Formats: sequence, C-alpha cells, structure tokens
Amino acid sequence: MRLVNALPRLGVRALDVLRGLGHATFFIVDLLRNSVSAVSRPFLTIAQIHAIGNRSLVIILASGLAVGFVLALQGYYTLSRYGATASLGLVVALSLVRELGPVVTALLFAGRAGTSLTAEIGLMKAGEQLAAMEMMAVDPKARVLAPRLLAGLISMPLLAALFSAIGILGGYVVGVLMIGIDSGEFWSQMQNGVDAIDDVGNGIVKSVVFGIACTVTALYQGFEATPTPEGVSEATTRTVVISSLLVLGLDFVLTALMFSSPH
Amino acid sequence: MGRKGVETLVGLFVLLGILAILFLALRAANLGNFVVGETYSVTARFDNIGGLKVRAPVKSAGVTVGRVKAIVLDTNTYQGRVTMELEQGVIFPSDTSAKILTSGLLGDQFIGLVPGGSDKNLEPGGEIKLTQSAVLLENLIGQFLYNKAADPPDARTAAPTK
Repeated sequence: MRLVNALPRLGVRALDVLRGLGHATFFIVDLLRNSVSAVSRPFLTIAQIHAIGNRSLVIILASGLAVGFVLALQGYYTLSRYGATASLGLVVALSLVRELGPVVTALLFAGRAGTSLTAEIGLMKAGEQLAAMEMMAVDPKARVLAPRLLAGLISMPLLAALFSAIGILGGYVVGVLMIGIDSGEFWSQMQNGVDAIDDVGNGIVKSVVFGIACTVTALYQGFEATPTPEGVSEATTRTVVISSLLVLGLDFVLTALMFSSPH
Repeated sequence: MGRKGVETLVGLFVLLGILAILFLALRAANLGNFVVGETYSVTARFDNIGGLKVRAPVKSAGVTVGRVKAIVLDTNTYQGRVTMELEQGVIFPSDTSAKILTSGLLGDQFIGLVPGGSDKNLEPGGEIKLTQSAVLLENLIGQFLYNKAADPPDARTAAPTK
C-alpha cells in the first residue's frame, strides 16, 4: 500500500521541480527583457552598484589579502620541498586568477550582497510596495529588479579582479618581503606562466557568469518569497544555499570547458 | 549622501576595478611582453620539436628577439615546421642555425639562434636550413644503455680502476 502511495508522491515532486524550473526560466527571460530598458535610466543602476559593489569592497579586499597571504605561506611550504620556491608567484597568481578569485568573490558576494537583495525585495513584497507599483502601472521588474541585475553583473567582475589583484600583492608581501624570495623571479615566473587571455580573460568570463547567477537567484528568491517574516527569512537562507551551490557547480563546468582542452 | 556623492563613489569603484584588471593583465600576465612593433617571420624545420610550444621565446645569445608563431607538421618531409616572428631591427645572416634548447633542467623549451658568417641576410619569409632538434630524455637514456651494452664486459669493470 505504501509503495502505491510513494509513486504518485514521487510524481508530484518531479512535477513540482519542473514547474519551479519553468517558473524561474520565465522570470529570468522577463528580467533580461526589462534590463534593456533599465540602461536608459542609469542612476538607478549606479545607486545599486554603490549598494552592492562599493559596500562589498571592504570584505572582498580583506578576504583577498588573507587568501593571498595563506596561499603564499602554504605554497612556499610545499614548493620548498622541491627547491622550486621561485615558482611561488606563478602558483599564487594562477590559483587566484583562474579559480579562487572568481569563486571566493562569488561566495562572499552571495553572502554579503545576495542576502541583502533578497531581504530588501522580500520586505518590499511583504509591505505591498511591489503591488502598489503595479497599481501605478510601474513594472516592478523594470523599476526595482532590472537595475539590481545590471549592478550585480557589473560589480562582480570588478570585485573578482580586485580580489585577485590584492591577493597577488598579499602573496608578494609574504613571499618576497617576509620569506625573501627574489622579487625578479617572483614576477618573471608569474608573467611567463599566466596568459592574459587564457587565464585572466577566462577568469573574468567566469565572474560575469557567477554575477548573473548570484544576482538572479537573489532577486528570484526575494520576488517569490512568502510575504511574511518567516517567508523572507527562509528566502534569504535559500539565496545563500542555492547561490553557493550554483557557483560551485558552474565553476566545475566552466573550468572543464575552459582549461581542459589540450594545447 | 547626494546623487553626486554616490556617482563619485561608484566611479571610484569602477576605476579601481579596471585598474585591478589592468594590473592582472600587464603585471601578473604577459600582455606587456608581446613583441611590439614590426616583425618579420622566418621558418625552420626540425626533425623533432620536443616540447616546444607556440609563443615560446626565440633567443640569440640569451636575448629574446622574437616568439614562436605557429608549429605544424610538414607532410612532405614529416618534420615539424616552426614559424617564428623576429623583431624588425634584428637581422641575421642567411646561414644562421636554430636549436631547440631547454631553460634549466626542467624549464620550458625555446629556440636558440646562432648566427653564421654569410654576407647575405636572412630574408623575411625565408627558411633557416641548419637546425638541431630538441634533445629527448628517452633517446638519451636509450643511447646510453645501448653504448653500455656494446662495451666489452671486462672494460666495464676495469675502466674505473685504470
């Protein structure tokens, strides 16, 4: 008897998942269409870049510096066993530019900016501000959501680049100034091994993709939140969980596509 | 904070971000190392290119004078044909020879050019005729073992005591 019940329940689950995916897809398409019109009112976007870009700067820079320090210390420990400490700059720069910069920035971004986006929009919905806008024939997707999407799209690559840059400087401080690796070797090995297009360019492409994924997730969760205090808090939690998993999953796919081709 | 203030701060943020990208491209990566200015290309055929890669440096007397542009297999001779771009101002004699060398024991491979004594210059689009292939560790070990086996047995034991 249980088995007979389990089968329809599985069916209901599967249909729910499919319905959710379809709903989210329509949301994204709608949002992208509205983003085009948001370009004509740049100040809305600029104000959002200030809210999610400028204000994330401190945590991004502090984390980047810390990651650079630790990478240099840990890399030196491993490389010194093989007498290859001159490659420290290369190790630090490649790991930051290819992987850690985009990924850690996206995870921090989801925690720092994604949550605030979800909570803000969820509360707007709970306070019926979005409904009021619709009453005044203002599309909340164009007025509220689209500028935030553009802001996330612009902010993420810049934040990731800052993360990587300050991380490399952190690696320089630990590797060259504290441990005493030759400064010339540090930079020249890095420049020989890091490619401007293949490594730096692909890192930027990655962070653009993560920027879209994180911001869309945060906006969708806020927009679809149950308009109650519990609903908004749940939506905020879901934003962090889904964004983080999405970033890690996408990173694997992108890395496989970008860096696994034989040269 | 007024509208002007927000705009200024955002401008500052974008500027910082772009500076970071430039730093990554120019200081951390090799965008600044491209051979700038005019170049001319020459080709050379090697029996074995070993681990030579596109964009590897071309050096003469240890000084970088160009980069490897393309590596293809010449199906007429079954040799690797390497196209190099050399800086315009650097002119070599037509009997220049090219070797594939390795920087350090485990380093990357590059092409070393040794100028000859000819009066004529290497023309743009010309070919370097004298080439020396990359040294393959496997062949080297193979040769060493072969020589060892070819030695008479008493010579092998007697040699060190002489």
